Amino acid sequence: MPNMSLKKNEMPSQAPDVRNKNFDEVALGYTEEMALDEAKRCLHCKNKPCVSGCPVGIHIPDFIAKVAEGDFEGAYKIITESSSLPAVCGRVCPQETQCESKCVRGIKGEPVAIGRLERFVADYHNKHFKGMPEKVKSNSHRVAIVGSGPAGLACAGDLAKRGYEVTIYEALHTAGGVLVYGIPEFRLPKDIVRREIDSLKALGVKIETNAVVGKAVSVDELLDDFGYEAVFVGSGAGLPRFMNIPGEHFKGVYSANEFLTRVNLMKAYKEDSDTPIRRGKRVAVVGGGNVAMDAARCALRLGADEVSIIYRRGESELPARHEEIEHAKEEGIVFRLLTNPVEIIGDEQGFVKAIKCVRMTLGEPDASGRRRPVEEKGSEHLIDVDTVIISIGTSPNPLIKSTTTGLETEKWGGIIVNEGGATSREGVFAGGDAVTGAATVILAMGAGKTAAESIDKYIKSKNK
Amino acid sequence: MYKIVDKKVLNSTVTRMDIEAPLVARKAQPGQFIILRVDENGERIPLTVADYDREKGTVSIIFQIVGATTEKLNRLSAGDYIQDFVGPLGRATHTEGLKKVAVVGGGVGCAIAYPVAKKLHESGCEVHSIIGFRTKDLIILKDEFEANSSKLVLMTDDGSAGEKGLVTDALKRLIESGEKYDEVITIGPLVMMKFVCRLTKEYGIKTIASMNPIMIDGTGMCGGCRLTVDGKTVFACVDGPEFDGHKIDFDEAIARGSMYREFEREAHCRLMNGGKENA
Repeated sequence: MPNMSLKKNEMPSQAPDVRNKNFDEVALGYTEEMALDEAKRCLHCKNKPCVSGCPVGIHIPDFIAKVAEGDFEGAYKIITESSSLPAVCGRVCPQETQCESKCVRGIKGEPVAIGRLERFVADYHNKHFKGMPEKVKSNSHRVAIVGSGPAGLACAGDLAKRGYEVTIYEALHTAGGVLVYGIPEFRLPKDIVRREIDSLKALGVKIETNAVVGKAVSVDELLDDFGYEAVFVGSGAGLPRFMNIPGEHFKGVYSANEFLTRVNLMKAYKEDSDTPIRRGKRVAVVGGGNVAMDAARCALRLGADEVSIIYRRGESELPARHEEIEHAKEEGIVFRLLTNPVEIIGDEQGFVKAIKCVRMTLGEPDASGRRRPVEEKGSEHLIDVDTVIISIGTSPNPLIKSTTTGLETEKWGGIIVNEGGATSREGVFAGGDAVTGAATVILAMGAGKTAAESIDKYIKSKNK
Repeated sequence: MYKIVDKKVLNSTVTRMDIEAPLVARKAQPGQFIILRVDENGERIPLTVADYDREKGTVSIIFQIVGATTEKLNRLSAGDYIQDFVGPLGRATHTEGLKKVAVVGGGVGCAIAYPVAKKLHESGCEVHSIIGFRTKDLIILKDEFEANSSKLVLMTDDGSAGEKGLVTDALKRLIESGEKYDEVITIGPLVMMKFVCRLTKEYGIKTIASMNPIMIDGTGMCGGCRLTVDGKTVFACVDGPEFDGHKIDFDEAIARGSMYREFEREAHCRLMNGGKENA
């Protein structure tokens, strides 16, 4: 008999006023009992609507059936047929707009907690099985991958499983891309990322860190001189946008990328890190996406008295995941909605001392379909802050485009690809944020997988 | 890990190291920089390429001991390894078509000015080098400049070597004496570069300044190295590090450079006191 409870099993987590002072993981994950109970809520619909909502097509009802039987390792095997980073996706996927949004149980009540179950299964496996996957016999074809973020890792994993000799070139000193420099420890512990990367290495994937493609070596050279038959570009969307308002150069103004990189990649929150960070007392984060929530929650954990999110539209327009917004609110982040910064004010030493904002009202819908925020006349006001973190989006880095012959991009910088991930340059494939602009981990992984399949076909057809 | 194959103490506060980094040495050009991390907990710091040997696969860096990271680096010896070394980053110095150039270096900035002077000299350009130091004991690379310049002026603040005075005094004198430069290239402390640029602006001589702001990734990702040039925000790591000196907002760059001064002082003290705070 299925469990007909209308509600999901709650996932235990650290209490808000405890966790907002530490960098340990917020959510603690299901126990075995909770997982068994939740798995029994699945109705095993014949048409499996949830699978259609998953960018990598995980066989969701099948893995949940294994969980319900208590065969957690069997469930893990089913998930890893489709996903190379289950412990990561179980934590950071926006399930509420993907698989769970299609769940029949969600019509009356809450959908099955697919994300929490995925996380449980991956954590169970990582806890109980220390072994690593075995290297597949080499087919002696070589593929280079640019960037070790979710797109590159997914592409590398799928190619290595097919016998390709894969080398990933990573510009930073640690592999993982946004998983290590962007998403904070309390949302995605770095040990989990490391383990996923170690298992790729066990599959035979080589990772060259400190290698900036477009500087130390170009895509052209990878193909012409280094002997790779194909290149996958998963270089992400790393270029931060600023607002271009007066005062953005004062000390204490960060891009979210810089702030998060200092905290996450460089571990500036730890005592033994040499990397400095400003531990602001009153912090304003401009923007309403997941990255803004991450930055705000990091600032709070670094010891701020007040952290506010400044966003020019209203609550229902916030682009961040609902769960992230709720977590931020529970922890005490202040939301200053319908508010838009017009100037940052500094003191005599050049440090930030306030941010000048105006109030907004929502007018007619704009091109994006969202109601356009309009400034209220005479609503200028000052908010005292000592740190401002700008989190209004990123765009693709132009380094690859400017150094690769025949690579076509959109005006805003995104690499143009066909549905299989092939670019205008033969042998060069691309996916993830480098193609779409800033999106999600799982969409990037999906693009990496699609490209892996295309690369496999491309190399096979060339060597016929 | 990257091996230190050679170490030379140039003066009491400046050291040269040759690092084995074949991928960087392959492409490095004067004007470009690298980013290194000394150890696992280290911060990422940018240092300009002082020289390179493509055959040996080595890149030379010259650094002044100014804080905890450079102090830690200086404690290593030939045969030791550093954790990370990435590059070449930034754009190379533009030297094509230049017939006569004044290279103005100050302090440890001379380490960066030197490969530029050398490249210009080797390409047949007439190079006048003006190098300035606080005092005699801090002079570096004088012979190297001499070998790559048709004119060399050495300045010290206290007159203990060369002439007493500032590099701007020497530059002004050369310009006034009728030397016609296609370009002035200046590398050194921000304040020095600011005054070099102010001087050359009066005479309408194009001037390139090499900036070295606070940076993390060096690939355009963090925006920490942003500067205002010609009223626009640019990133030193990808758009520079060299810019038209007459358009750089030096005062803003000077202010931004002091962002972590307190932190740096504390970190340096901790290291010098063997990890004990307030010792």
